[in-house]
Parts: sequence; C-alpha cells; structure tokens
Amino acid sequence: MSNSKLALTRSDKIFYFFNDLFLLMALLAVLYPLIYIVSASFSDRLAVVSGKVVLWPVDFSLEGYVAVFKDPRILLGYMNTLFYTVAGTSINVVLTIMAAYPLSRKTMVGRNMIMYIFAFTMLFNGGLIPNYLLIKELGMIDTRWALLLPAGLSVFNVIIARTFYQTTISQELFEAASIDGCSHVRFVWNIVLPLSKAITAVLILFYGVFHWNSYFNAFIYLKSDHLYPLQIVLRDILVQNQIDPTTITDPVSMMRKQGLGELMKFSIIIIASLPVWIVYPFVQKHFVKGVMIGSIKG
Amino acid sequence: MSLQTEITKRQIASHRLGSLRQMKLDYQLYLIIVLPFAWLMIFQYGPMYGLQLAFKNFRIMEGIWGSPWVGFEHFIKFFESHQFVRVVGNTLWISFYELLAGFPIPIILALALNATMRTRFKLTVQFITYMPYFISTVVMVGIILQFLNPRIGIVNMGVGLFGMEPINFMGEPTMFKSIYVWSGIWQSAGWGTIIYLAALSAVSPELHEAATIDGASRLQRIRHVDIPGIMPTIITLLILNMGMIMGIGFEKIFLMQNPLNISSSEVISTYVYSVSLASSAPNYSFATAIGFFNSLVNLILIMTVNQIAKKVGETSLW
Repeated sequence: MSNSKLALTRSDKIFYFFNDLFLLMALLAVLYPLIYIVSASFSDRLAVVSGKVVLWPVDFSLEGYVAVFKDPRILLGYMNTLFYTVAGTSINVVLTIMAAYPLSRKTMVGRNMIMYIFAFTMLFNGGLIPNYLLIKELGMIDTRWALLLPAGLSVFNVIIARTFYQTTISQELFEAASIDGCSHVRFVWNIVLPLSKAITAVLILFYGVFHWNSYFNAFIYLKSDHLYPLQIVLRDILVQNQIDPTTITDPVSMMRKQGLGELMKFSIIIIASLPVWIVYPFVQKHFVKGVMIGSIKG
Repeated sequence: MSLQTEITKRQIASHRLGSLRQMKLDYQLYLIIVLPFAWLMIFQYGPMYGLQLAFKNFRIMEGIWGSPWVGFEHFIKFFESHQFVRVVGNTLWISFYELLAGFPIPIILALALNATMRTRFKLTVQFITYMPYFISTVVMVGIILQFLNPRIGIVNMGVGLFGMEPINFMGEPTMFKSIYVWSGIWQSAGWGTIIYLAALSAVSPELHEAATIDGASRLQRIRHVDIPGIMPTIITLLILNMGMIMGIGFEKIFLMQNPLNISSSEVISTYVYSVSLASSAPNYSFATAIGFFNSLVNLILIMTVNQIAKKVGETSLW
C-alpha cells in the first residue's frame, strides 16, 4: 500500500530511514543471543568459561555435543518426548476435529449451549490440587497416560477449527451430499477432511510444539526416571545444574570440568530446540494462518 | 387472547417437533461429539468436583466427599497470613509491569514492519523475531541462567568491561521482575505482531491514497490511518490481557525461582504449589482454597472488563 512510485518528501525519507533502523535494531536484539548460543556450543570449553566467545565460535570443537550424547538421560528423554509428541498429537487432533465439526453445523440443536460448556473451561478451571487428585483417582500418576489424556484437547484450537469449518464447508455442501445418502460421519471422512488439510496441518503443528515443549504435566504427575520427557531432563541439567559425573571422565582440573559442564548446556539448548527450528521455516505460514483464524470471533 | 395463546402453543409445539426432527436428522453429530464431550466432563469439569475441598479439611483416608466441612476457614487463613500481601502483590506487580512494557512493543513493531518498503528485509525481520517463540520454557530459563551467570555469563563479561564486579542477577530480588518481563518480551514480541499485521493488511488502501493526496506524511498516516484501523484489535487484546492480570502462569516463574529471589518471585500459582505438592506437610485444602480464590478473581475480572468494553468501545470478546 505504501509502494507508490511518487517521489518521497524529505520528511518521509527521514521517516523510512529511522523506521528501517528501528527494525534493524529489533532484528539484532533478537538475533544476537541466538547466534551467541550457537557459537558457544561449537567452541572450546575454556573459551566458553573465560568469556572469549563474543560472536563467532572460538577454537572450534564438537566436545559439547559429544558429551551430550554420552549422557543416557538425554537419549531416553528424546525418545520419550518423541512418543509423547506423536501419540499425544494424534489424540489431540482426532478429539479436536470430533468437537469442532459438529459445533460448526448451524442446524445442530443445542449447539450454542454445548459451545458455552466448552468455552467456559477457558475462563475457569479446578486448579492444581483438584486436577492432581483427579489424576490420582484415575490411577494415572506415574504412567504415560498422565501426559496424553489430561491434555486431550485445547478449547482454543477447537474454536480455530470450528471457525475454519464454518467458513469453508457450507451447509449446502452437506445438504447436497445428504440427498445422495451421505451421513455426517462419511461426510467428515470423505469431504471435510480432504477440504480442510490446511487446518489439520495447523492443529498438528500447534499440538506438536506444545507436546515437544511442555514440562508441567510431567513435572507434576511423573516420578520414574524412565518415563521422563526431554524437558524434565533439560530442567535437571540447565536449571538444577545436575551434570551426570560419568560423562566427565578425564581427571583434569576443576576449571576444565566446570567448563565442559557449561559447554554442554549450550549444546543441549541447541539439540533440544533443533527439531522445532528445522520444521519451522517450512511451516511458518501455517502457524501464522492459525493465529489469524483464531483471532476471528466465532 | 385465548386464540393468541393457542397459536403460540402451536408454534412452540411445531418448533419443538422441528427441533426433534432436526436432532433425529443430525443424530450423528451428537455421536461424533460424544467423545470430546466426555473428555471435557471428566478432565475439565471433573476437577471442579474437587473444589469443595476449599471448604473442607482434606483427609486422605476419607476422600474428598467424606472430609469434614470447615466453611471459609482456609480463605480467612490465607487473607490474614503475611503471605497474602506478598504473593498477591508480586502477582499484580509482575502482571502490570508485563502489560505496561510488553503490550505496546508488538504494536510498534507491527506498525514499523507494515510501513517499511523493503519487502525482503521485512520478511527477514519477521522470520527471525518469530523464532524465540518456539523455544520451550525450560530452555528459555536455561538461556537466561547461562547469560546472567555471575562467572561465565556474557552479560557479566560486559559488566566487567566497565570495571564493575560481576552481578549475581538471579540472586537479586530487585532485578527478578525485570528479568522475567524483558526475557518474555524478547521471546514473544515478534510473534505478537502477527495479529496486528493481519489487522493492518485489512486497512483500506484507499484511505492511505486519500491521505497521501491530502499531503499526509507516512508518519501522519500511521497516526491517522493505521492506528485507528487496528484500534478494535488493540482494545480486544487489551481486554484479554486485563482479564488475565491475576493469572501469571506457573511454568516460567517457577523455574526462575531460587531461595535468594523468592521474596520477589513468589506468585499465587507457585505459592499454591509450594504449600501442597512441594511441601513436606502438604495442605491440600488450603492450596485448593487459594487456587479457587484465584480462579474466581480471574473469572470476575475478565467478565467485568468485557462488560466495560462492550459499553465503552462496542468491542468485546463475546
């Protein structure tokens, strides 16, 4: 809209200069910490602890990454998270579509009422202890179910999907199909799903990232090490500062030991974020689409 | 009179029949939604049954139902404790800080992104500033701790350049709130522009052309065209934020807590955890009461601001 080819006035030239300068500063403020983490993770341990790393890697080394992969907790956590993400996201997407499609049909009697029952939970919930006692009552404490079922769906995502179906799948389309004897179940399977791949993709992304990054339910409900997702392992290492002593075997000075511990943390930050960042460039526009659909009042 | 009632009755009857017929026609819709609805009943409304604990003294052997009633004892205990002012105060302080500092930045960023004429540059800025949003809370706190580490942190290396002693940032209660808020801005300001950029792209180009012909500069067009154009979006998001002023999430703040900064970092959600699941003498009923109080305040707040917005600005969430 501002791409008019008219000659710019002096004041506009000044404006555009400062506008772009502002954006450049915002860009650098976000980018610099990211570059620093990547550079530190590829540097030598002594360079990291003595503050020689400023922008680029110093004394390039893969030592941090090698040490990370020697830590059995990380590999196990990675596999567990992979399981929780795939299984959890599958459950989420199925439940979300099963809630969103009926609620998108204007002919459904009691639709508004059911919508209110769903939406109310966005404004009010039982809180920590009642939730904990429920999961305990259901016998799901310290089981994998505790990470899959309580997070079964997000009402916000149901609303996103419902808005999408409302605007893309018209009532007439269903009426035409139903004259040919098509039921709602078949309609969803044969027509709605193929026509709404975009929203299914958005749901998979939103839920997938949620499962990959979440730690709260695991933190509250799990007790056994072998069930821990990656984020809990990361918490132990990054926040609680628990370094597995067996991974640091060479009997060298304290400084070098500490150095490896700190170096490992940078490598872990990269390894934990990498899967999301690899996928991100390909799916950025889907995420954006999801946010924009979500912003429409349904 | 009687004729009219007769007609109304018939209308209601025929409407009911219509609904019933429609329900029969659409029975599969109910079949489809039954599973998510059951989930909602168990995992969202189920815990609400446990809220009665707020008015009881929970005894594990007797269960939720069998525990004896104590009325408002736990609420009174919370309101009268010295923790109340501190915990609610921290919650409100952090929220307002976050709102004041964090709310305008995505708007300014979006206006600047929308105004720049360098398309590739704009896409690059968007791509990079969205990235931190996908960092997990645990990793985010890990990054904060690494950067602010008194021995090896890059920030303290900078502090050292000015000849000052390294600062133990995470151990300073006075710095906690700023660290919490500004790291949050670093992580989500870029992502927060999306919604405003969508609103800006809906601003009519004719308005811009008309303003340009009238001799408005780009800055004046931002002031008189762009900002009024996204005002409904701004107000809607402001309502939402005002409604969540007492609802600081547990995850990030809990990971940033340590014994040195706890006086400044204990908020309602972390306090609930610390007197229950984390405590050696857990008091489930007390924790439930605090959580219940918090949820109620949140509910009332969001309903109130929504009502106010409806009256004043003709915008509302629902």
